[in-house]
Amino acid sequence: MSTPPLLRIDALGIDLPVDGEPRTVVHRVDLGIPEGAAVALVGESGSGKSLTARSVLGLLPRGAHVHGEVLFAGESVPRMRPERLRTFRASEVAMVFQDPRAHINPARGIGDFLIEGLTTARGVPAAEASRKVTAILREVGIPDADRRMRQRPHELSGGLLQRVMIAAALAAEPRLLLADEPTTALDVTTQEEVMAIIGEARRARGLAMLFITHDLELAAAVCDRVPVMYAGTTVEELPADRLRGRASHPYTRALLASRPSVSDAGAELRSIPGRPLSGFEVPDGCAFSDRCPHVRDLCRNERPEPGGFVEDGTAACHFPHPLTSEETGSHA
Amino acid sequence: MSPRFVVARLGMLVVTLLVSSLAIHGAMFLTPGDPATLLVGGSRNPDPAVLAQIHREYHLDDPFIQGYWHWLGNCLQGDFGKSLVYRDSVAALIGDRAGTTLALVVYASLLVLAAGTVIGTVAALRGGRTETLATTVTAGAMAVPTFVMAVLLIWLFAVRLAWFPVYGSGEGFTGTLTHLTLPAVALAMTWIGYVAQVTRTAVRAELRSEHVETARSRGVPERTVIRRHVLHNASGPVFAVSGVGIAGIIATAAVIEQAFGTGGLGALMIEAAAKQDMAVVQAVSLVFVVVFVVINTAVDLISAALDPRAARKGAR
Repeated sequence: MSTPPLLRIDALGIDLPVDGEPRTVVHRVDLGIPEGAAVALVGESGSGKSLTARSVLGLLPRGAHVHGEVLFAGESVPRMRPERLRTFRASEVAMVFQDPRAHINPARGIGDFLIEGLTTARGVPAAEASRKVTAILREVGIPDADRRMRQRPHELSGGLLQRVMIAAALAAEPRLLLADEPTTALDVTTQEEVMAIIGEARRARGLAMLFITHDLELAAAVCDRVPVMYAGTTVEELPADRLRGRASHPYTRALLASRPSVSDAGAELRSIPGRPLSGFEVPDGCAFSDRCPHVRDLCRNERPEPGGFVEDGTAACHFPHPLTSEETGSHA
Repeated sequence: MSPRFVVARLGMLVVTLLVSSLAIHGAMFLTPGDPATLLVGGSRNPDPAVLAQIHREYHLDDPFIQGYWHWLGNCLQGDFGKSLVYRDSVAALIGDRAGTTLALVVYASLLVLAAGTVIGTVAALRGGRTETLATTVTAGAMAVPTFVMAVLLIWLFAVRLAWFPVYGSGEGFTGTLTHLTLPAVALAMTWIGYVAQVTRTAVRAELRSEHVETARSRGVPERTVIRRHVLHNASGPVFAVSGVGIAGIIATAAVIEQAFGTGGLGALMIEAAAKQDMAVVQAVSLVFVVVFVVINTAVDLISAALDPRAARKGAR
């Protein structure tokens, strides 16, 4: 990469107090997002991907301890003072949350929610803020914006409410959009619409995005690069187009092999043996060693570093899957 | 808030009042003996002529429902009959004493609202030791019965420290205030504890809620987050429990009025019941029930206006 990335997460670790005891829930996350690029952080629930996204906003629960570094345009987010953190959240990074029904105050109006970021955090006059968000509502596919502004959250469908959340995020004119499973709470047809809206808004604004998802297909479809997380660690980082069949880490490969396929609908669904671990349950060696089909002694004793460049990416694995000539050829 | 919800709530108000007035009127007939004997004051050998007159005056020989309608109609016109013990119209007796009770109830309600919400909010926002202390003290306040609280307060502040008068209702504004302070505190204490606990829980829940996380993620200043999202959203349950509290204060006012000798409707009812002055007991009961039910309905309606979701749940 020639230009320095807009966001760089370097060996990020997060400890959270669980029953008063600090527990490491995120061990090591490394990723970078260049200006205008889209990165999908993929992982199962409990892998620490939402916490990673929140650490970009400095929005971790009370008592959380962060090590490593989160750099936004060269500035360290964990070291920001409260006032700087506030202006940073108000203007540089915006987050779209998973469940708009819970993440939009149910007791306040839609218009109120939309303009709040501008009026209270940036001191924009209410009338000007209203004009601005009304225009953005139309852009995200809400035609009767004026009427919606006067409604309450419970009067809107989930899909519509998620558009409102996206509009609120865009209104802040951020440089980076954090999208934490923005379609998981929606039904399938609405999911596509919402992804299309996010895609268009990004293109129109040259907006960078960190997209949190457990959906590999979706990750590959909308993003340029895909870091994969397992039990609090980014185990692999690779370009989205290599995700299909050419991943190096056994976990990524196993995850891809477990997807249901339309073309092979009769086949039994494959699953990864064992159960997914939470960050704090990880043994000394490789987090995936208990479930890995290729495990050797070294894997159980020594945690692999994310070095080991494999083609255009990294894999935190002692024995990354070698690319066969057939596989390298298929995508040339 | 939909008009249907308002109409439904007002309909419920009327039905509740009808049913309770029926019970209040019917209670006179459930007591053993001739209701007329009760109305003269339960003397052992009432004059048959007087009894006959009372039977006529109170329409006691009419069928029950007809008598009830007659009584209700008179009550609605402000005619609650005559007290044979006090030899005065019941309406006048009530009118004389309503002021003291109103002052006491308003005083205690303001204490509940102010102290309850402030203690609860500070406890939730501060957390840690402040929260533990507030929880312990308010739990204690809730556990002590009102009449015990009354005796404790009289012993400490009126007898030992002599800061406040022990007895009576006082003259003028400052007089009323000093005389009613201890009764109001005794009356409010339980509900201060209640409202503080509910406030603390509600504020805690809102502080942890997802929409508060959203507001913080957008760089909204923390003070604004607390005011516009935490306190605004917590106000619903706090308001609802305060309404129940004020209604509860009205219901227990009688105990306090008796304990502190402030006089008032509650004291009037207790005295009248002791002297079997049924016309007064009925009228005061009716007044209490009306105020209680009207306050509850008002709380429902205002809650619904504050949070439209409450109205939708309630209408189902």
